[in-house]
Amino acid sequence: MGVSGLHPPRPFPQAARDAVNSPQLRANLRKVTTTIRDKRLRAVGELPHWEELRRLGAATKDASLANLSDRLLELEASVRARGGHVHWARDAAEARELVAQIAHAHEVTELIKVKSITSDEIELNAALDAHGIRAIETDLAELIVQLSNDTPSHILVPAIHRNRAEIQALFNAQLGEPEPLTDEPAVLAAAARRYLRQKFLTTKMAVSGANFAVAETGTVCVVESEGNGRMCVTLPEVLVSIMGIEKVLGTWEDISVFMELLPRSSTAERMNPYTSFWSGVTPVDGPQEFHLILLDNGRTDVLADEVGRQTLRCIRCSACLNVCPVYERAGGHAYGSVYPGPIGAILTPQLLDMADKNANTLPGASSLCGACYDACPVRINIPQVLIYLRGEANEDKGVTLESLAMQGMRYAMSEGWRFEGAVKLARLGQGPLVHGGQITALPGLLGGWTQSRDLNAFPAQSFREWWRKRDAKGGLPEDSA
Amino acid sequence: MKIDLFITCLNDALFPRTGQATVALLERLGHEVRFNPAQTCCGQMHLNTGYRADALSLVRKFVNDFRDAEVIVLPSGSCAAMLRELAPDAAHWEGDEALRAEVEALSGRVFELSEFLVKKLGVEDVGAAYPHRVTYHPTCHAMRSLRVGDAPLRLLRNVRGLTLLELPHADECCGFGGTFSVKNPDVSTAMLADKARHILETGAEACTAGDNSCLMHIGGGLHRLRSGARTVHLAEILASTDGQVWA
Ligand code: SF4
Repeated sequence: MGVSGLHPPRPFPQAARDAVNSPQLRANLRKVTTTIRDKRLRAVGELPHWEELRRLGAATKDASLANLSDRLLELEASVRARGGHVHWARDAAEARELVAQIAHAHEVTELIKVKSITSDEIELNAALDAHGIRAIETDLAELIVQLSNDTPSHILVPAIHRNRAEIQALFNAQLGEPEPLTDEPAVLAAAARRYLRQKFLTTKMAVSGANFAVAETGTVCVVESEGNGRMCVTLPEVLVSIMGIEKVLGTWEDISVFMELLPRSSTAERMNPYTSFWSGVTPVDGPQEFHLILLDNGRTDVLADEVGRQTLRCIRCSACLNVCPVYERAGGHAYGSVYPGPIGAILTPQLLDMADKNANTLPGASSLCGACYDACPVRINIPQVLIYLRGEANEDKGVTLESLAMQGMRYAMSEGWRFEGAVKLARLGQGPLVHGGQITALPGLLGGWTQSRDLNAFPAQSFREWWRKRDAKGGLPEDSA
Repeated sequence: MKIDLFITCLNDALFPRTGQATVALLERLGHEVRFNPAQTCCGQMHLNTGYRADALSLVRKFVNDFRDAEVIVLPSGSCAAMLRELAPDAAHWEGDEALRAEVEALSGRVFELSEFLVKKLGVEDVGAAYPHRVTYHPTCHAMRSLRVGDAPLRLLRNVRGLTLLELPHADECCGFGGTFSVKNPDVSTAMLADKARHILETGAEACTAGDNSCLMHIGGGLHRLRSGARTVHLAEILASTDGQVWA
């Protein structure tokens, strides 16, 4: 049912069908996305300089990406200088191995995790499982997803597809509470807190992601709303942070602009509740061993592409998901990877180097309405990248029915008279399909249209035929239907 | 003013009345309207479906057909967005900087009909009469790419006899998206269902917009539902007078 890692198990149109046809799921999604959407508009509307901030956010990220290798080397040096260890992972397997090795070195069989999409990207939990190590999610929504053997369907609200009754049933079955829990949010949250408290106080090792890292100071930053993440990065003895290489920024000042952009875009809050920073290790305070894993996993290739590069600006705020009409209907799982919604539709196929057939259907999972671009705090022109990637995806497909149809159309449109002829032919050919001026069933590639829509038949006269007659008479436009 | 019309491929073949109404409207406002019959298509469908080379050959054709135009007016927001925004990008992606420069040089003269009337000509009352209850759907490209803003609403508010009804969740995409509607029919249908419901909630007789592609999709859905509500292109409303009704 769920998905993990990057590789979509099915093409998007197929995967979306199930979700679209589940009324409960659609209602859950619609409710949450509409609420966040309205709140975000209000939060953003409060800042008169929002557009300038967005430009600044985009420029800051671009500047850092333009010198990425220098930034990363600087980060490595600063982290080491502060007593931390730095590892470079070319792909998911290398990153997983590194975490497992560190866990083995400390002989832990259980570790706690701060919500981290990067660790989901590399399918860390399953890999640790195979090593006999249990990873426990501490973000409430992630915990819900984990306990139900599911996978996240939203970057920020991973359990967006679950409602309260489902969570009540799940907690009653899994948390080992003495009394059955009611479905009150406070009761459910308290039960989760009791469970997690015990884990925080007894677990020796933690794994986190990173929202940002500052090269200058070797500081890693996690932004979250519950405070459970802060517990993870302060209480255990050993902390491992995994970050995609695009998360690095130059200086402290760079972070400030994202502290304004991120909370308003993601949770529609003015300020983020818990923002944790740590730089290497501090004797007697916090984890005494710190590892930073820098993950590539396809990012260098994305960086090399002039058009696709802007994708790496993403700060995972999820604003694009919440405004996306396709995400709202299809849900996160339809995207088949840990990155759902508009950002997933461009990031996933690129990370896989446009070589995964199912992932290459993702750029098609958009009506190109542009709402994502308007919402994106770092101005990623998602529609532009989508269109570009559709072209890249077609490169390897060779000759298909679709490509032939497109070529045929292009040929017909290569001269005005040719197009006129093609329209006349279509008018003749449509005969058997037309009933009462409408076409209600189309064959072949176009069949999807008549699933829910009728189509006007070609009228008796095209515009250019009408124009020619009118021109000949030199007369006024007349009603000629 | 000498106006060159670009009657997009869809309008030409399937919705000729939109083109005819555009001619009637612009001539009524005292302009000289020209139509170069060599023109065909802006290439949007090809580009959006990922057929860049095919798209660019159509863009090149467009540039050739319209090189000498003073202004180019078209009754389609999405084709205007294609010509102004995407075509230069696509030429650049394919390394054709000459074409990019040419299409960019032309793009400042390309106008969607409602923005041409309101922003370029400064006309908000075109002297139209249309005694019907109408709701307006702002199409995505006109709204987010061209930023036509409330230009269409200003025009509609000045139409005699017209009752303008506010569309709930107006800024949500209708789910057309060109080939998206046939390649992802389930999601497209779900989006259409919501749009149709909102239109019917207004009690309007007709839903109007500046783009026949979206209207073909919405209208096709409304027809399938046997709802009685229909779709009408903005140009046909603006061209209508007491003497002559275009739609
Ligand atoms: S693409 Fe933009 S809007 Fe979407 S998650 Fe990334 S930063 Fe946020």
